[in-house]
Amino acid sequence: MTQVTERATRLRSQAVAGLSGFARTWLVFIGAVVVWEVATRLAESVFFPPPTEIVSTALQLWFSGPASQLFLSDVVFDHILPSLGRCLAGWAIAVILGVGLGTALGRSRTGMDYVGPLFAFFRAIPPPTLVPVFMVLFGLGPGMQVATIIFGAIWPVLLNTVDGVRAVDSVKVDTARSFRTPTPYWIGMVVLPAALPKIFAGLRLSLSISLILMVVSELIGSLNGIGHELISAQRAFEFPLMWTWIVLLGILGFGLNSLLLAAERRVLRWQPNRNNDG
Amino acid sequence: MRSLYRNLVGLIGFFLLWEGAVRVGLVPELFVPPPSEVLATTVGLLGQEPFIRDVIATVLAWAIALLISVAIAVPAGLLLGSVPWLRNATRVIVEFLRPIPSVALIPLVLLVVGGGPEAKITLAVYAAVWPILFNTIYALSEIDPVLMDTARACGTSRGRMLTSVALPHAAPFVFTGVRMSAAIALILVVSTEYVAGAASGLGNFILEASSGGSNMDEVLAGTVVAGLIGYLINDGLERIGKRAFRWNEVAGEAAK
Repeated sequence: MTQVTERATRLRSQAVAGLSGFARTWLVFIGAVVVWEVATRLAESVFFPPPTEIVSTALQLWFSGPASQLFLSDVVFDHILPSLGRCLAGWAIAVILGVGLGTALGRSRTGMDYVGPLFAFFRAIPPPTLVPVFMVLFGLGPGMQVATIIFGAIWPVLLNTVDGVRAVDSVKVDTARSFRTPTPYWIGMVVLPAALPKIFAGLRLSLSISLILMVVSELIGSLNGIGHELISAQRAFEFPLMWTWIVLLGILGFGLNSLLLAAERRVLRWQPNRNNDG
Repeated sequence: MRSLYRNLVGLIGFFLLWEGAVRVGLVPELFVPPPSEVLATTVGLLGQEPFIRDVIATVLAWAIALLISVAIAVPAGLLLGSVPWLRNATRVIVEFLRPIPSVALIPLVLLVVGGGPEAKITLAVYAAVWPILFNTIYALSEIDPVLMDTARACGTSRGRMLTSVALPHAAPFVFTGVRMSAAIALILVVSTEYVAGAASGLGNFILEASSGGSNMDEVLAGTVVAGLIGYLINDGLERIGKRAFRWNEVAGEAAK
């Protein structure tokens, strides 16, 4: 009984601490925005519009649609959703390929010897330099963008998976072997879970790379998308509009990263040393 | 020795596959020239002065950007890592600034700084600061409290503790951050040159070669050189790290 109350008190104090931390976090954030507002109003630079102007431009740009589209304007459907779709599709394909290939290469004793230097070289190529090649191969459009994203995002996942798969505890290897565990179970229930922390580290890196390459490929050659709108706003000297896209990219980056972190925390809850930092 | 042999087999196999795919007609030769042609072009380009100048411009911008990011991020990381209230206060701002894809700032930087070498250096610094900053803060938070208490019990001053306990402990982590930043800075330098059409640089070379549409061998040669630079930078830093931090058992761990 006392244990239960103790636990409840602890939970409550944790909740209070979390809440006050949350409030403090947002207070600082609001303070920073106020400073930004005051600074831009004082500086009166055309390049740096005050945040209130950016927000009002953004509201008008994104939420001026009819009720049948949930008040989202056409811009959301024409530019933001296609961009997000390409980013996530490229990332998903890179993850599937990377984890699959990485598991195979990590389990094989000589596989990495054959392709290791090749992959190290591929990873070192700045992906935007391959945009012209993908452009002539796939034309202007989603194919080129997804190909660029896959090429950039696959390496962190692949190399981290190889590392993680290789580092499986030798006791687990021997135990599984002595029970004659069938290969599918062995891969799915021993190797991959053991490699998951490493894989997740790769996933996070490759997600931010995907977002960067989405923007780059749209800046260079695209007919729609966030990057395309960003560069055309700059060329038209519409600075508040340009800033709304920059802010949106920041929000997207923050949101996607937080989602992945939440997923990681859920999936890796069983890990003993992860429970401490909650 | 055997692994070296396998490395070579892998590389040669890849080139043969590429050459074969082009020769058979799987990919149009106009779009993706065979590797023999690309290698010949690469060798030819390396003998030309304008191309060498582009490469030097890129590498120089990269080196300056990396130096500036180290000079900003390490002191900032040490400050934020050793003063808890400051770290808490700035955490949100850092968390909101970091995920902004640096390339989204390309249009803004072009307007404010102009299209010169300053633009690519600014962007590369913006992107390269984060890994070093986070690794420095992380390293300081991971210091064994016993070490700090021992130093304090011996009457070590605050400044001395920073230089004799905290810095040596943090160095391998910071170095890993520098390695990550080096790769990011190179990507940003080349991307900015490519997107913004800088006056010189490897990215600009690729942009000009690709604008005709028929010089794909030069585009790929530029890509190969960019990849080689990236590979050499990463390999070089890895070697330096292994040498410099041989005394540290986490260095092997941290280097990943």
